[in-house]
This record gives sequence, C-alpha cells and structure tokens, in this order.
Amino acid sequence: MFNGLTQIGIITVMNLRNLPQRIGTSSVAVFGVACVVGVLIGVMSMASGFQRTMTNAGSPTTAIVMRTGATSELNSGINYEQSQLIANSPGIQRADGEPVASPELFVIVDLLKRATQSSANVPLRGVGPSAFAVRDSVKIIEGRNFEAGRNELIVGRGAHSQFANLDVGSTINFGATEWTVVGIFTAGGGLSESELWCDSRILQNAYRRGNSFQSVRVKLTAPEALSELKTAIASNPQLEMDAQLETDYLAAQAEPVSMFIKAVGYPVAILMALGAIFGAINTMYASVSTRTREIATLRALGFGSFPVAFSTLFESLVLSLIGGAVGSVIVFLLFNGYSVSTLNFSSFSQVVFDFAVTIDLLIQGVFFAAIIGLIGGLFPAIRVAKLPVATALRET
Amino acid sequence: MKYLYFIWKNLGRKKMRTLLTILSIAIAFLLFGLLRTLGTAFELGAELSGEDRLATIHKISLIQPLPYSHVTKIQNVNGVESVTHASWFGGYYQDPKNQFAQFAVEGEKYLSIYSDLMSLPPEQLEAWKKNRIGAVVGRATANRFGWKVGDRVPIISTIFPQKNGSYTWEFVIEGIYDVKDARADSTAFLFHYDYYDEAKSFDNGSVGWIIVKVANPDESPRIAAEIDGLFANSFAETKTSSEKEFAASFAKQFGDIGLITTYILGAVFFTMLLVAGNTMAQSVRERIPELAILKTLGFSDVAVLNMVLAESLLISCIGGALGLGFAWLITSGMSEQVAAFLPGFVMGLSVAILGVVLMILLGLLTGILPALQGMRLSIVNALGRR
Repeated sequence: MFNGLTQIGIITVMNLRNLPQRIGTSSVAVFGVACVVGVLIGVMSMASGFQRTMTNAGSPTTAIVMRTGATSELNSGINYEQSQLIANSPGIQRADGEPVASPELFVIVDLLKRATQSSANVPLRGVGPSAFAVRDSVKIIEGRNFEAGRNELIVGRGAHSQFANLDVGSTINFGATEWTVVGIFTAGGGLSESELWCDSRILQNAYRRGNSFQSVRVKLTAPEALSELKTAIASNPQLEMDAQLETDYLAAQAEPVSMFIKAVGYPVAILMALGAIFGAINTMYASVSTRTREIATLRALGFGSFPVAFSTLFESLVLSLIGGAVGSVIVFLLFNGYSVSTLNFSSFSQVVFDFAVTIDLLIQGVFFAAIIGLIGGLFPAIRVAKLPVATALRET
Repeated sequence: MKYLYFIWKNLGRKKMRTLLTILSIAIAFLLFGLLRTLGTAFELGAELSGEDRLATIHKISLIQPLPYSHVTKIQNVNGVESVTHASWFGGYYQDPKNQFAQFAVEGEKYLSIYSDLMSLPPEQLEAWKKNRIGAVVGRATANRFGWKVGDRVPIISTIFPQKNGSYTWEFVIEGIYDVKDARADSTAFLFHYDYYDEAKSFDNGSVGWIIVKVANPDESPRIAAEIDGLFANSFAETKTSSEKEFAASFAKQFGDIGLITTYILGAVFFTMLLVAGNTMAQSVRERIPELAILKTLGFSDVAVLNMVLAESLLISCIGGALGLGFAWLITSGMSEQVAAFLPGFVMGLSVAILGVVLMILLGLLTGILPALQGMRLSIVNALGRR
C-alpha cells in the first residue's frame, strides 16, 4: 500500500501526462479562462493607465491655488493682483529671491482626433517661465520652447500622438489667431502631456481675458507648509481662494472616470468568470467521463478516492493557470502602452493615457484564473470521489 | 416539429452538461444585453436628435460663449424656422459631487423646439413663465434629490457669481418635465436666461450655444454654411452642424466606447462558441451508434442533420433568451436609479433583435460540424464502432 502523498503524486503526474490526449476539450477550458483573464486585465489596465497619467506627475510639494468653490481650473478665476498676493504668501519656496509660483490660464480648444477625425476638447494652457520651475519633470524632446510674446505652442507628447496637425512646424488657427507648433515636451508621463502650452500673455489677449488667470501653482518648502499657505490665504480678505496639494487635486479629478471604468469592468469580469466556471466544470466532467474506466481501474488497484479526486482538481487548476498565463501575456503584448484618449468630465477636456498592464494586474489575473480553476474542478472531483467502482468498471 | 419531443429528451440525457452549457450561453447573452445597452446609451444623443435641428457653437471650443447678437442674426437666415439658445451653468446642489446639467434658456421657445422629446404640463409652463426665478427640472433629477413643485432649491454655480458676489443662486421648482422616449435624457434643470444674464457678474449678453430649427432638413447643409459665413472673420466665429453630428461627435469625445464593448463581446462570444461547440460535438460523438440506428430505421441523412442542428439551436436559444431576459430585467430595474447619471440605459429593440440573430447564429455555428458528422455517418462503420 502506498502512502497518500505518493498516490496523489503518481495519479496527478499521470493525469497531466495524459492531457495531450484530451487536447480538444482541455484547450477549450484554457481558451475560456484566457479570454476572461484577458478581458479583466485589459479593462483594468485602462483604469490603471488613466489613474497613472492623472496622478503620476503630481508632486507632493506642489500646491494649486484656485477660487473657492471651483471644481477645476476651468471654472476658477484669479486676477493679476490676487496672483501676486498668492505668490508672496508664506510657505512657498524661493529661487533667487523670487517665489516659485506659476499663474496659469487654462482654456479649451477644438482639435481633431487623429484616429477618428472627430472633434476633441484639447486643453490649452497659458504659462510663464515659472511653470517650468514648478514642474521639474517637463522636458522638450523635439524642437524648442516657445518664445515669450509670440504665437507659438509647445505640445505634450500625448497630445501630439492623439490629435491631428500638431507636428513641429505646423500651424493651427484658434479663432482669428494663427499659432505655430515649435516643440514637443514630456512631463514624466503626467497629465500635462495631454496639453498644449503657450505664453500666458498671448493667450490672455487672444481670449480677451484681460490680465487674469485661473490657477496659481506654487512650490512649497515642504508638504507640511500647505497649512501655512492655507491660513495665510484664508486670512486675506482679498483672496477668496483655496489651496490644495496638486496630488489631491489630481486624484479628485481622476476619480469619476476611474470609478466608471471599474464599475463597468469588475461586474463584466465577474460575469465572464462565471461563464468560464461553467465552461471549466463542463470540461472537467467530460474529462472525468471519458476516463471513467481508467479511474475505476485505479480505484480497483487500491488507489484511494481522495488522490484520484485531487488529481482532477489539480488538472483543472493547471488548465486554468495556463489559460490565465496565456491571457495575461496576450493582453500585455497587445495593450500595454496602447495610447488612447477620453474626455475627463471634471475638466471637460481630453486626457491622453496609455493602457498600463501592471504587475499588480497580472497577479490579479492569475489569482482570478486560479479561482476559476478551483471552482471548476471541485464538483467533478467530488463526482470522481463518489464513483462506484464496480459499475464504473463495466461502463463503456 | 414532430421530432421536438425526441430532441427535448436528448437534451435531458446529460442534464448537468446541458444545464451548464445553457448557463454559460445565458451569461454570454446577459453580458451582451448589458454592454450593448451601455454602448447605445452613449450613442443615444445622436439617435434621438432631431433631423431639423442644427447646433451652432463657437469655432474655438464649445465652452467659449457666443454674443447674444448672433441669435438675432441667425433668425434672418433664409430657411430658419426658429432659433433659441442655451448656456451652461455648471452648478451643483449642496455638495460638489451632486453635479447635473443646468441650462439657462428661453423657457417656452426651448421647450417648443424640443417638443418631440420633452413634455411639460401647460399649467406648469404658465407658472414657470410667471416666476422669474422659476425652474423646470427633469423627472430623473427631481427624483434624485426628492424635489417637488414649489420647492426652493439653492444651486451653487462653479462658474458664475451673482453681482452681489454670491455663487449660490436660488430657484423655485415650477415644473417637472417628462421625456417622450424612455431613453431620452430627463436630468436637465432649465431656468430663465433673463434672470441669469441680468444677475451674473460677468460675460453678460452672451449665450453658450445656439439651437436652430430649420423648416426643411434637406436644406440643413446650406443653412449651416450660411450661418458660419455670417460670422466668418468676426471675433466669434461659429461652427454649425446638424444636432445629430454634434451629438455623435460629442459622444466620440469619450473615446470609442462602442468599439471597446464590441471587443469584449467578441472575446465572450468566441469563447462561448468554443465551449458550446465542444459540448455539442462531444454529445454527438457519444451518440454515434444511436444515430446509426436511427438511420437504419429509415431516417434520412438530412433528418439526422436537422435533428442535431435543432438541438444546438434549442440550447443556444434557451440560453440566449434566459440571458437577454435577465439583461432586460436588470436594465429596466436599474434604468430609473441610474437615469440621473446615465440617461438612456434602457435596452432598446435593436439590442434585442441583434441578440436573437446572434442566438440563431451561435446555435447554427456550434451545431454545424457535429451535424455534418452525423449526416455523413456510414451505418455499417458506426454500428461496428461499438
């Protein structure tokens, strides 16, 4: 008599080596799980990519000041005097005696999406030289920076890839003014890469905004300096403003879209998993029923019911894990880094982001596959355990 | 039909297997129903938009306001039946999370241009016209916040302060409008443009966008071109398109939701095709001797083919009907709750029809190979195989 563990080992190995004989049904189970895991990871990578773009480049020492009650830069408003008051508040870093503060103008222009030629709300940001001091991740990767006082644009890497006619050297019209694209920049994969930038003074004139802005970004001396800045702003009756960390602001802006993708993605993945579980149970029942005599023979030879049942469960698990791995790899190869854009309703403008198939998601996918395999194999395994040896031997 | 009982009995041969196959198909169709409904909810704006309406927006961007004078100028364009306008208010109720659409409009005119979609009881319209700070709200939003006619509601604008500096605007609900098509949007909050324009502290005398009703939809392209021509080279150039194009292009801003759902559904159905096809093939394989006996008894090749096909069709249709039915239950149960966030989450007839077509296709595709196998059986070999 073998001991239990050896029995389990022998039968499981035998079972797995027999898999090629049942290649048809087995590959159906593998394929089913691959599809489920693929869709799960695919949809979730969209959510994680969006989240990453929105929040990645946010710096914990950057604060953004907007009008109290404004939900995004779009509906905030700050006049020149206020922007100066904000810049000279305590808690803000200074370089060469000047505060590191960037008053910015944020408008939306209608451009065409490259892929569909349909219109898209593209953010256009008017900035001064200090914008580059506040965001140290911004780098020009092609062409040059815009020159102050000229109708020149630099475009983010994402905007350049998604929207038509933004190559260096091309010209675009916004209303009566003509602009020349002079450079392309990156910003650490962050939200700025979806934007077009130009000189804020020129933009103020083009949009008849007088000398006003919508937000002031400031570099804090430390993340804790935020409360100092907040108190200073609150105590100044001329400033009906609110300061918040850029990271918090961006997280809030990202939430609705991320929530939407997840609210759709998870139920879809769970329903698909349910379907795949049914498929897996069917496959395993089929595998058991074609091997009825073989199993009965093993039992007659003295193998216990548990080792035989375990091998069935294990087979199902292995098939599902193979499926999970196949699905993950395919989605990774197909979608990782795939660039798309969507309208972020909080800022009413387009955000360009890449699908991000992260390690976390891959682990989630494999975990999901394992659950499908376990549940799918459980019932057939129980049937195997209960198989009456005498009648099963006679079965054809 | 006379074989139906026989086919039915065959389904019961391995009850567990049949049940599992039906359930997995049901899930595929449940997903199909839900995702297509979601996809169409995004495309609905275009489907429900009137043939005879044009939308004129600022050429630079939808968010740039247009001068009010544009409205009167457009009125004079040949072929224009009536013109109205709307302005985005960007407000919320109590908490910034409670966002919904508010438009400053010319009440009666706006409702009459959209009379194909919206209906308001005449006495409520009269009351609204008389109350300067009156507002009319869609059923979904009224339900969302529990508003009744006569309620005073403060709305906080994220954009417009009043002249006194306050961002809080007070309104009185004078009416609740219903939509004539269950899929249409009943979330909007409409209030008087006059009140808005006089009270707000900047951008006075401007409107958000202009809605043009044309007498003859065939003339739309000419009229649109003429309108844009009117304002060419002015400081506020316009872009006029049919409401349908405008809605479609706006929906595309979200990205191709339709395409994404199609990809997912493609993966789902391909999987189901394999799972169900495999089951079908297996059950036919097991029955080869029986099929041979049927043939010996005088059943024709075609009869055997039909019987197997009918079986897979039956499985697919039972599963499909279950799934679609479930999807219908879920969407109709949810549509009222989500109407305030996702108007149009209602399963349309087109989804159901496409679903039925897919059921039949799936049934035929999964059954065809085993059926052909059954048809081509040679009696002698098949009987001998035992």
